[in-house]
Amino acid sequence: MIEIKNLTKKFGKAISLNNVSVSFNKNDHIALMGANGAGKTTLIRSILGYYHANSGQVLINGLDPIKNRIDVLKDISFVPQLPPPISLNLDDLLGYIEKSSGVKREDIFYYTKEMELDLQGNLNKSFFKLSGGMKQKLLIAISLAKRSGVMIYDEPTANLDPKARDNFYRLLKQNGDEKVMLFVTHRLDEVKDLVNRQIYMDLGEIVSDEKI
Amino acid sequence: MKNLMLIAYLDLKESLRAKWFLIYSLVFGGLIALFFIAGITESQVMGFSGLSRLLLMYIQVTIVILPIFILITTVRSISGDRDNHTLEYMLSFPISLSQYYWGKISGRFITVFLPVFLAMVAAILYGAIKGAEIPWSIFLLYVGLLFAMTSSFLGIAFLISSIVRSSEMALGIAFFIWIFLLAFIDIALISIMMQNRVNDGVIISIALANPMEIFRVAAISLFDPELTVMGPVAFYILDAMSQLTFVIFSILYPTLLGLLFAILGYNVFRKKDLV
Ligand SMILES: Nc1ncnc2c1ncn2[C@@H]1O[C@H](COP(=O)(O)OP(=O)(O)OP(=O)(O)O)[C@@H](O)[C@H]1O
Ligand SMILES: [Mg+2]
Repeated sequence: MIEIKNLTKKFGKAISLNNVSVSFNKNDHIALMGANGAGKTTLIRSILGYYHANSGQVLINGLDPIKNRIDVLKDISFVPQLPPPISLNLDDLLGYIEKSSGVKREDIFYYTKEMELDLQGNLNKSFFKLSGGMKQKLLIAISLAKRSGVMIYDEPTANLDPKARDNFYRLLKQNGDEKVMLFVTHRLDEVKDLVNRQIYMDLGEIVSDEKI
Repeated sequence: MKNLMLIAYLDLKESLRAKWFLIYSLVFGGLIALFFIAGITESQVMGFSGLSRLLLMYIQVTIVILPIFILITTVRSISGDRDNHTLEYMLSFPISLSQYYWGKISGRFITVFLPVFLAMVAAILYGAIKGAEIPWSIFLLYVGLLFAMTSSFLGIAFLISSIVRSSEMALGIAFFIWIFLLAFIDIALISIMMQNRVNDGVIISIALANPMEIFRVAAISLFDPELTVMGPVAFYILDAMSQLTFVIFSILYPTLLGLLFAILGYNVFRKKDLV
């Protein structure tokens, strides 16, 4: 499903991804780990088609995420490392997601309820005025409502309280069938019930990749 | 197209809520109000009178401050979203980069153009109520000039915004361009002229490449040359070209220039890393 071949990405002289080759298939639920600055986020952004690689290739269902941006992104859900300070209010943000991705508003409502976030009461609030945890809950709910074949989470639980974390892991467990799920995490014990594959990165390379 | 309008609509809505927009509208609306309070329409100076004099003053002030307003509020629109990671999230949804870019520009165009335009409409309405004669040709020309000004400076702003990585840097460059077009070109031209080595045609052509200069000349182009204190450049141009040719040029050239910059900006945006 996701095929990465000899991918190298440099920023100036610094190499962030060094000749990385890896593939992710249906039902792979991966914990992506490694020290700060190892290149995890860079790898994810390459999958999303944000970076022009120095060399190598990324293919998602056979498509280039830069050239076939729309088709590729239709099937990817993504929650970033830090929720961005989007100034739209929630109503408009949901409108954007509904119209651009065909996500149903009632699905987003359903998952915010599962995540124990009061969406209705905050619809007119600006996204950046939500608390850190509320932002993450909403982004998680959106990622689930989008029902993508590829779900990517870049450390999404940093701001979540223990209860919210449990909800998050429960929902992912229910929704992981036939999907690629990629979690960046620094705490393996938290996701070990969820994942069946474990990848370590260091200095822009994949240093270990094992099924568990 | 649907997504382009969506992006434009959202940008518009975001701007309407922003503080800069409030200040922006107050400045231009306030300008018109101030002119009326100061009794500009009643005074008779140098042959201008009534509404045409008011509109002339309005456009002359606007030529100076509109560009810097457009530049500083817009130059951060893409680079700012990139800086704070909004772009990273918003572009993880399936919309094309061209829809995003041109949607942003369209939204910004409306936000920037409407207040300066409506301020002028308000002036006309108020003038009409007070029984003043309405100078339609001047009004129409100025609407065209506002449109051309908005296009050219939005184009420049979006080009900077896509090239420059940090929004601080973008702001600095915007300010430099404004000062450059506003003053440095004129000062340089005057010093060349004084040396008397280059012929007038060359100097005029250089002056005419500067949209700010074009607006200055175009603003007075409909008035009787006998009555105005035109300055040598304006006088030379209006002597060399027919009024109609110049008016068309003064609207078309800056508009196309803006479009060209915007297209360049899009190509930069498309080919660079997004985050
Ligand atoms: N846009 C950029 N410009 C310059 N350098 C960058 C950029 N993005 C990432 N880097 C560099 O690439 C390297 C890998 O960064 P990356 O964000 O992928 O690390 P990470 O594994 O996600 O780390 P963390 O666990 O801290 O999130 C770092 O050295 C970082 O400084
Ligand atoms: Mg990271």
